[in-house]
Amino acid sequence: MNNNPLLLIGAILGLFASIPGHLRAEQVVKIDGSSTVYPITEAVVEEFQKATGTKVTVGISGTGGGFKKFSRGEIDVQNASRPIMEEEVKAAKEGGVEYLELPIAYDALTVVVNSKNDWLDTIKVSDLKKIWQPEAQGKITKWNQVRPDWPDKEIKLYGAGSDSGTFDYFTEAINGKSKASRGDYTASEDDNVLVQGVEGDRYAIGYMGYSYYSAHQKRLKALGIEWDAKGKPAVKPSEETVLAGTYNPLARPLFIYVNLKSLQKPEVKKFIEFYLKNVDRLAKEVKYIPLPADAYGKVNTRFEKLEKGTAFLHQSDLAVPIDEILSRTPVP
Amino acid sequence: MRSEHFLENQKQTASRRKAIDLWFGRLGFVLMLGTLGVLAVLLLNLAVNGLSRIDWHFLTSFPSRKAAEAGVLSAWVGTTLLMLVTASLAIPLGVAAGVYLEEYAPKNRWTDFIEINIANLAGVPSILYGLMALGLFVYKFKFGQSILAGGMALGCLVLPIVIVATRESLRTIPSSIREAAFALGATRWQAVWHHLLRYSTGGIATGVILAMSRAIGESSPLITIGALTFIAFLPPAPLIAQPPFVSFEWLFSPFTALPIQMFNWVSRPGEEFQANAAAAGLILMVITLGMNGVAILLRRHVQRNIKW
Repeated sequence: MNNNPLLLIGAILGLFASIPGHLRAEQVVKIDGSSTVYPITEAVVEEFQKATGTKVTVGISGTGGGFKKFSRGEIDVQNASRPIMEEEVKAAKEGGVEYLELPIAYDALTVVVNSKNDWLDTIKVSDLKKIWQPEAQGKITKWNQVRPDWPDKEIKLYGAGSDSGTFDYFTEAINGKSKASRGDYTASEDDNVLVQGVEGDRYAIGYMGYSYYSAHQKRLKALGIEWDAKGKPAVKPSEETVLAGTYNPLARPLFIYVNLKSLQKPEVKKFIEFYLKNVDRLAKEVKYIPLPADAYGKVNTRFEKLEKGTAFLHQSDLAVPIDEILSRTPVP
Repeated sequence: MRSEHFLENQKQTASRRKAIDLWFGRLGFVLMLGTLGVLAVLLLNLAVNGLSRIDWHFLTSFPSRKAAEAGVLSAWVGTTLLMLVTASLAIPLGVAAGVYLEEYAPKNRWTDFIEINIANLAGVPSILYGLMALGLFVYKFKFGQSILAGGMALGCLVLPIVIVATRESLRTIPSSIREAAFALGATRWQAVWHHLLRYSTGGIATGVILAMSRAIGESSPLITIGALTFIAFLPPAPLIAQPPFVSFEWLFSPFTALPIQMFNWVSRPGEEFQANAAAAGLILMVITLGMNGVAILLRRHVQRNIKW
């Protein structure tokens, strides 16, 4: 009863005052960005930490959100499920951030329908565009509005949320412009929501990363994609078709971007070396498609020579083989 | 004759009212069963999916790409430390503010204004606290994406709950207690410290626990300030071998928390990780129910010692 409360409060304040005012420069490799690339990076980080004991943290802010942090210099490595965009290049320049662009694996954007869907096995890119383009909003609501021989039933759409690189890439490949999409569909950053949605509705169609499709193959049907503008036949997504370079335009390379300044820290350099050495095996383990073996050699060369910048500026890059991308000289 | 009629009428009215009373009681009982049923189904579902995953290994392992090897060590440690920061911010500040507003502050427009705003703050969506914390704590104060910033964000989020609970429980104390204390020459502070706070501890504790239970399940403010998804190391220990034996470095450590770990597992491809998510959810529920249990015990203990 007689203890003085002011003493107690003073003691607490004193303790807080003894907190160091700054964070000690700890050796932590900071990674953030795409949720699509996350499983690969997580696998690499897990092994790297076991091997070296270096501290690594990985966040999921989406490719766009990650690039914002990356261009402010807050993170060392950025996971990206699409190449850096022009505004992001500008932002990085303003933030004084120079970077390496390292392709690390493939993903196949997969268009899926319900397993009971009996009128579709393949779909033309032009039909996909009819369904997904911004002008379709509120107008294309039934299957037979796309093609008269398709059912007179409401079409249920499931797709990626607008902060994800998956959304950016799909809209660019199908609608011709990144981020141009109708908005009246079920959007989720969580692909399991999309899987469940398409699985539960015979008249649904949606798109997602290949790893989500391959984990639920028995419950969904993947459509072959016919790139009619280029007169290409329909191709189903699979490891073989992606590696052969025929699953177009929806096969996409995945990247990590490395801050050059961070690369001067030995732990970051060691991490990237470890990443490039092991990503082949680990990407396969988490159900992604590794690059062809010789491509990793070229990625390694780019890393060793510190060829900074992006190889994607001002170029339309759908369906460009990875070899060609890697033989370009990146521009800062 | 007339009075008989009156009596008959009264009887009818009475029995009708009794019937309404009975039916309301039954309705309330059914609704309560329904609510408890929903909670039971939720818990059962989590238990069925997740119970088999919970073992020592799950509690002492870091996240992993392999569902069977993954654990929640960094997540539950992160959640515990967050709650520590949240509590040490929200409880002293909230109780002090409540005591001031209830016992000291004059009743005028200014305090009315503050009162309304505290009530409003309790209803602000949690993501806004996250945005405020991102701008203020993470960037302005340069705390970084740390346990300190996260705990302070959650502390601000639940502060109004603690303030309101403190005021409510101070109000239940009869004013005769205050008057008696003043009559014996006690200052306002002595009355507050020796009597009012002790008698209202039960109510305040309930409010604090409600506040903590809300904070522990929050994920959006933490995601906003940049809590991480994969982190396979623990913050520095709070106790060290060299003097002064306590270290506050952990406050500036990056972190993850149980709801975030859960969210990450739920959004994975494949079924294996869903069991992990359920198990993490179960642990979160156990922590919450445990805190509630402690609050109830505390309240009983305190109430037994009150002799009015």
